[in-house]
Amino acid sequence: MKKELISLRVNGRTHELAVEPSKLLLDALREDLRLTGSKRGCDDSSCGACTVQVGGIPMLACTLLAASCQEQEITTVEGVSEHGSLAAIQKAYGDWGGAQCGFCTPGFIMTVKYLLANNPHPTETEIKQALSGNLCRCTGYNQMYEAIKSAIEAEQQGLAASK
Amino acid sequence: MANEERPTTTGFSVIGKRTAMVDAAEKTTGAGKYTDDLSVPGMLVGKILHSPYPHARIKRIDASKAQALEGVSAVVTGEDAPVTYGILPIGHDEHALAVDKVRYVGDNVACVAAETEAIAEQALELIDVEYELLPAWFDPEQSMKAEAEFIHEGRPHNIEKEYHHVFGDPEKGFAESDYVHEARYIANEVTHAAMEPHSTLASFELDPHTGKLGRLTVWSSTQVPYYLQHKLSLVLEMPMAQIRVIKPLVGGGFGGKSEVIPLEIIAAIAARAAKRPVKITYTREEVFWAHRGRPRTIVDLKTGVKKDGRIVAVRARVVQDGGAYCSYGPVTILYSGALLGAIYDIPNVGYDGYRVLTNKPACGAMRGHGTVNVRFAFESQLDEICAALKLDPKEVRQKNFLKPPCITVNNLRVLSYGLPDCVQKVAAASRWKERRGKLGRGRGLGMGCSHYVSGAANSIIRSDMPHSTVNIKVDRDGGVVVYTGASEIGQGSDTMTAQVAAEVLGCALSRVRVVAADTDLTPIDIGSYSSRVTMMAGNATLRAAEEIRKQIASAAARKMNCAPEDLVFREDKVLNNNLGARALSPAKEHRNAAEILETTDAPRGPSVSGRVEGQILRGSLQQKRKEEGPKDWMTFEEAVVAAIDFHGALTGTGSYAPSLDARGGKFKGAGVGPSPAYSYSAQVAEVSVDEETGEVTVHKVWAAHDCGRALNPVSVEGQIIGSVWMGLGQALQEEMVWKDGMLMNPGLLEYRSPSSVESPEIEPFIVESIDPEGPFGAKECSEGSLAATIPAIANAIYDAVGIRLREAPFTPERVLAALRAQKNAKKLNLTEGVDPTSPARFREHGGALWFRGKGPQRHPRDPAITGQQGSAGGDD
Ligand code: FES
Ligand code: FES
Repeated sequence: MKKELISLRVNGRTHELAVEPSKLLLDALREDLRLTGSKRGCDDSSCGACTVQVGGIPMLACTLLAASCQEQEITTVEGVSEHGSLAAIQKAYGDWGGAQCGFCTPGFIMTVKYLLANNPHPTETEIKQALSGNLCRCTGYNQMYEAIKSAIEAEQQGLAASK
Repeated sequence: MANEERPTTTGFSVIGKRTAMVDAAEKTTGAGKYTDDLSVPGMLVGKILHSPYPHARIKRIDASKAQALEGVSAVVTGEDAPVTYGILPIGHDEHALAVDKVRYVGDNVACVAAETEAIAEQALELIDVEYELLPAWFDPEQSMKAEAEFIHEGRPHNIEKEYHHVFGDPEKGFAESDYVHEARYIANEVTHAAMEPHSTLASFELDPHTGKLGRLTVWSSTQVPYYLQHKLSLVLEMPMAQIRVIKPLVGGGFGGKSEVIPLEIIAAIAARAAKRPVKITYTREEVFWAHRGRPRTIVDLKTGVKKDGRIVAVRARVVQDGGAYCSYGPVTILYSGALLGAIYDIPNVGYDGYRVLTNKPACGAMRGHGTVNVRFAFESQLDEICAALKLDPKEVRQKNFLKPPCITVNNLRVLSYGLPDCVQKVAAASRWKERRGKLGRGRGLGMGCSHYVSGAANSIIRSDMPHSTVNIKVDRDGGVVVYTGASEIGQGSDTMTAQVAAEVLGCALSRVRVVAADTDLTPIDIGSYSSRVTMMAGNATLRAAEEIRKQIASAAARKMNCAPEDLVFREDKVLNNNLGARALSPAKEHRNAAEILETTDAPRGPSVSGRVEGQILRGSLQQKRKEEGPKDWMTFEEAVVAAIDFHGALTGTGSYAPSLDARGGKFKGAGVGPSPAYSYSAQVAEVSVDEETGEVTVHKVWAAHDCGRALNPVSVEGQIIGSVWMGLGQALQEEMVWKDGMLMNPGLLEYRSPSSVESPEIEPFIVESIDPEGPFGAKECSEGSLAATIPAIANAIYDAVGIRLREAPFTPERVLAALRAQKNAKKLNLTEGVDPTSPARFREHGGALWFRGKGPQRHPRDPAITGQQGSAGGDD
């Protein structure tokens, strides 16, 4: 297949790449841009390990064509850390055991970022529903809820301190 | 955390504290590298051609068209590496690529190494393979009756291994029993489905003298780097010293990466043929075919008890559907027997175990190896007995506890036994007494218990080699590097290692760096399986660190004018704890070590920022303190400098092998089961059952686990929750569905691992029995809890609606069938009037990607078409 030149805006930077029209966003990120934080866990859009944000919405990078994501702001897990240090949700996942093997973690972080951006005080049910598109085989999810709650608290304290 | 507590000179300062994993940030930022994230210059993509037939002879392979395709560097087949291997020395029955026969749909036939994945896939289509079909066996009980066309030569009747054990006198025991219960239990096949698909990158270096291929480096998603190095050496016919295996981050194992998986060897064979690095990453579907999961197990169980519930005798006949290769099979079937009767005090145990070959992907080790399905049967049967005799299942368990220290009837040594506490804790938390049987129809409570080994006392490769060795090196600035072969797979192995080293050396955890699982750098550890790492690598780390501490103590004691035994190592300091003895010394006022800890403000280990200023500061501080003469304490760095000045270098080694009296009996098969220590679990599950739909909802699981000592409570709780959750999956929804040797659900949509909305609250309780042989008393916590969950749920379903489910998973179909049987209603036939060749269940979706709509061609004598074959799923 003939390659085409596309431009992708990822984590605030623009990249030009030559890709086949059939190239998936996940492969463009992992192979062409060497952003290997987003993972592939399945063949059929069923695991959520590849979740990135496209235009602020969590999407499965394994199910999007790279060429269709031009002119959109793409955020991967590599773009989540703030000013070179861990975002509250990343720190909380580490402290509370939300990540064991960590393979699912980038996908969860992208999903949770979206949840908290749109619903800063989710109920337990809302959290469960928001996470239901991402699979984890290690944690049984329970410690992730703790992590999310503590990240919300940390954000609030941060906000209070900055006022 | 630690800073908030008042410092003391007793108790622990690092272990027992809730600690984030040392590699947490790598995982949460995406910076950490798993095997598929790696690439090296010139790397090719490898793709494997799999067998479309369950059992066939390969008559001819013509790869010439594939070879000729532009962009293809090599095509390899069985001829390129015809040496057999297998994880067990007694089970070398696999070829990396099939040599004469294929034995399951998905067996490995050829591999293409090409510039891109698309070219490799195109080349696979061009490989022409001619097969001669053979009769295939899919049901173990049928397979055992085979008279010819065996799956492997030398395995008559397709029986891989059988064991018959008798301890005490079971028949006499049954005769003396007041009540005997007998039933058949079936647990269907499940698989690990770790989130990271297996991946291997193999690369040869050129020999500088000859220009030929020299050393091989393999990066692989493995739980057992050392075994991988060993098997690569065997199959590639290279010395082990020429092979380096590196384990990057691993995205979950659960046993699925605890033996050598074909792609790990195939990648190396392809790299050798292509003379370029080759990476192979399985698709999710290939992961399902690679399998090595928990076999479908048929348990015929008989238990005899006294009126009060004292267990007198147990007899089990266990048949495991092992799939097409030996794998860990003999170990699995032995564990099923060895741990069957060893959690309670049972004087008479009889066991007949059969590991049977069938034409399906090989089963192997999976979390709770060998113990889970028999535990489901046993704990369910105990509940049935309690119902028949109107006894409380909790009290019956309490009547049958072991009385440790003791040796069980099958020669297992038990020193620590937290089961009584576990039962107590979950009964109290679930308000068992007040609530069981009283929640109204449709809702109920059930209890289950389980236990597991903390590593096998006998290694699978027989030798006198220690099971784990650890080296530690300390740098002049107080940096501690631990070299261990133990494999971090998400369970927290690296963190445990760092914690143990920091605790012994009394230094800050941030000083410790763990270099793990690289066969060139790290001494041998046999891997992350059978929950052995904390016990074995933990003990080896402890010993290596003690050796270092001794060296530091002898040097520091000289500086501080005291005996080495007087020193304590805590909070990044080395303190004299016996100042009374030096009352005559000219120093000012003496304080005891605890006071020093409370008042001194020396740096608590290097912080990442400000490291340089810190060093300058510390340098001048050291200079100042040097001039002050003998002291009450030194910083860790000062003490390290003193030791390096004195000894020349600061390195230590420790190793661990289980003590001799933990290694079990002498009978055939006695090698499996013995462990330095056993973990124990008790659980209560609360469920509700929808009688209209047959759906079971688990509301909560209370799970207590005796882990000896919790070195890192966050991790221990995470392991308990994760185990319970995986047991829940097996109890309610996970099942590999087969039709004529074809896997009907090779994807994460159809193999239904519970999502967050289906996962209940799991409340973990840590019980610490402080095992005498464990490091700081610790033993296993990552597997043992799984087995208790399935019977706890089965028993809760019984409490809720009075049906006894003896086949797992308890899907709505099975629950409805049992509810209808309870009401004597007609059996529901979900496929009534439907074309018999169409799928027999809802979930069958028509097969795998390569299958392209054609049914597998069958041999005329295939039992599946001559009608001797039972249904693939088995009936209740
Ligand atoms: S890789 Fe599984 S959903 Fe995208
Ligand atoms: S942490 Fe391993 S899959 Fe989620």
